Amino acid sequence: MDNLSLILKALLAILIGSFGVVGIFYGLNLLVEKFLPERAREKVLPWVYVGPAMLLLTAYLVLPTIRTSYLSFFSNNSTTFVGLKNYIFVLTAPDTLLTFRNNLLWLVLVTGISVALGLVIAVLIDRVKYESVAKSLIFLPMAISFVGASVIWRFIYAYRPAGAEQIGVLNAIATSLGFEPIGWLVNPAINNFALIAIMIWLQTGFCMVLLSSAVKGVPDDVLEAARVDGANEIQIFWRIIIPMIMPTVMVVATTVVVLVLKVFDIVFVMTGGNLGTDVIASRMIREMFNFRNYGRGSAIAVILLIAVIPVMVANIRRFRQQELNR
Amino acid sequence: MTVANPQPPSPSKPPQPNPQPNYIAKRKEQSKFEKLMARAPVHIAVISISVLWTLPTFGLLISSFRPAEALTSSGWWTVFANPLEFTQFTLSNYQDVLNAGMGQAFLNSLVISVPATVIPIAIATFAAYALAWMEFPGRQAIFIVTVGLLVVPLQMTLIPILRAYNVLGISSTFLAVWLAHAAYGLPLGVYLLRNYIGSLPRDLIEVAAVDGASSWNVFSRIIVPLSMPAIASFAVFQFLWVWNDLLVALVYLGGNQDVAPVTLVLRNIVGDRGQDWFLLTAGAFISMLVPMAVFFALQRYFVRGLLAGSVKG
Repeated sequence: MDNLSLILKALLAILIGSFGVVGIFYGLNLLVEKFLPERAREKVLPWVYVGPAMLLLTAYLVLPTIRTSYLSFFSNNSTTFVGLKNYIFVLTAPDTLLTFRNNLLWLVLVTGISVALGLVIAVLIDRVKYESVAKSLIFLPMAISFVGASVIWRFIYAYRPAGAEQIGVLNAIATSLGFEPIGWLVNPAINNFALIAIMIWLQTGFCMVLLSSAVKGVPDDVLEAARVDGANEIQIFWRIIIPMIMPTVMVVATTVVVLVLKVFDIVFVMTGGNLGTDVIASRMIREMFNFRNYGRGSAIAVILLIAVIPVMVANIRRFRQQELNR
Repeated sequence: MTVANPQPPSPSKPPQPNPQPNYIAKRKEQSKFEKLMARAPVHIAVISISVLWTLPTFGLLISSFRPAEALTSSGWWTVFANPLEFTQFTLSNYQDVLNAGMGQAFLNSLVISVPATVIPIAIATFAAYALAWMEFPGRQAIFIVTVGLLVVPLQMTLIPILRAYNVLGISSTFLAVWLAHAAYGLPLGVYLLRNYIGSLPRDLIEVAAVDGASSWNVFSRIIVPLSMPAIASFAVFQFLWVWNDLLVALVYLGGNQDVAPVTLVLRNIVGDRGQDWFLLTAGAFISMLVPMAVFFALQRYFVRGLLAGSVKG
């Protein structure tokens, strides 16, 4: 097939996919307005508008979630009921326990470092004239896919045996300082940290942007008053800025926690979960595709869900509060 | 996903009149040089972090233009030994990777991403309008469930949906990923848009209704135009998310190379030809081209989306 017809086909697919959905709404709306009496119309129309959303949410999120919970009590091909066996396996087998340890490491380090670093950058960046340029540069990794980022960092961690010329920045620095080149991704003592560094690189910009807008929200006169009273900048940071933006810090931190809990791409691309780097979400995909064990895969997914339930409850609570204040 | 600061951003925020902190004025008596010295640590910190954060991407960019044999025999920084030597750069890596499936993948990514952005926008905007301005039983319950669904991990849904797709015979089709991405993006879209649309002035909508405008007209003539900032935020968000996604494509498109997006092809190159740096560097850059362009052009909306709803599950 030549290139032109490929591009035309792509365009056609885009148009059908995009306008199809608007067409469906228009058609349904027309049907209701043409064929229903006024009174019925008012009753039916909201469901025409909200129906497709409910349909998709039910079919793709609600029902599958229930189904996966159910499947987690069944054997690998979902034919025999096995009770809690999958959960017991996931919670006791050494290599799944390793994924929990790794996830914990990811959670603590990524959340801690990217939030702290993001906060420091947010405060510092507020004081320079080239703020917007610096922000864009630090924020840019947010636009890069996990796969793309993995390739970028694979290159940074590239390893050549001692004596050969290093093509990765880190080993070039290491060897020029007189050390042996380091196998960043294969050495089990450091490979987890090497992967975690990628996530920190990706997420710090996100934390910085959110925290920066919170820092800008701290009223100038409060800061000014503190300075008049003789507080230095460090004291102002700890005693005024931090307490005032604490709610945002919490939101940013939980967001990063939820994201890190589900981290999958980086591990999957960089090491395939081998060499002691497996995490919960990549393990789940391996159970699904490599081991064909849908029972265990489902059990791992349920554990992920349980881990985010506190965030879900907090979100719903906050939403209710906000509705009351409307 | 976490829900941050739910107020929709006001479309016309007055510009901050005082960009320079007051304390600078107070220290006027200091000489310019002293002031510079006092703030040198801030500049050094900000500049070095910016450089550090840019360097990885920059190294990849330089590398993608270097010939294959140079890539594996010396570091990318060596090009700066004689930076004006243009013969050390080449476009052949890009040619090679485009022929190795990246060209088709780029088209596939577009075919996946555009409808997978438009579909949830349309569905979410209609739903948000109904949830905000129409009276019907259960609307509050529907919205609370949507808020709850914001953080449900995708992993919970993969196995049942994949099986359903296999039974229906639509796995490895664009339709399969369009609908999946649309559904996964919906909770965020409904949440953001319903908050925004709900805060539009009541008079506007009621006056139109009194004038006899139908719901469809109110929606298309008033709600949609006024909600453009929120729609744009969600669009940028959803587009970047879909374009950069690997998990959904990996699971629902299977091994079908004809429909694989850039992320999947790039990951396959890493897996099969992980030492072919000339393919990896150029391939990674091709995959990053569109999101970077979107990011730089629409950063404002992206940040607004982040501020209003934080990241999605």
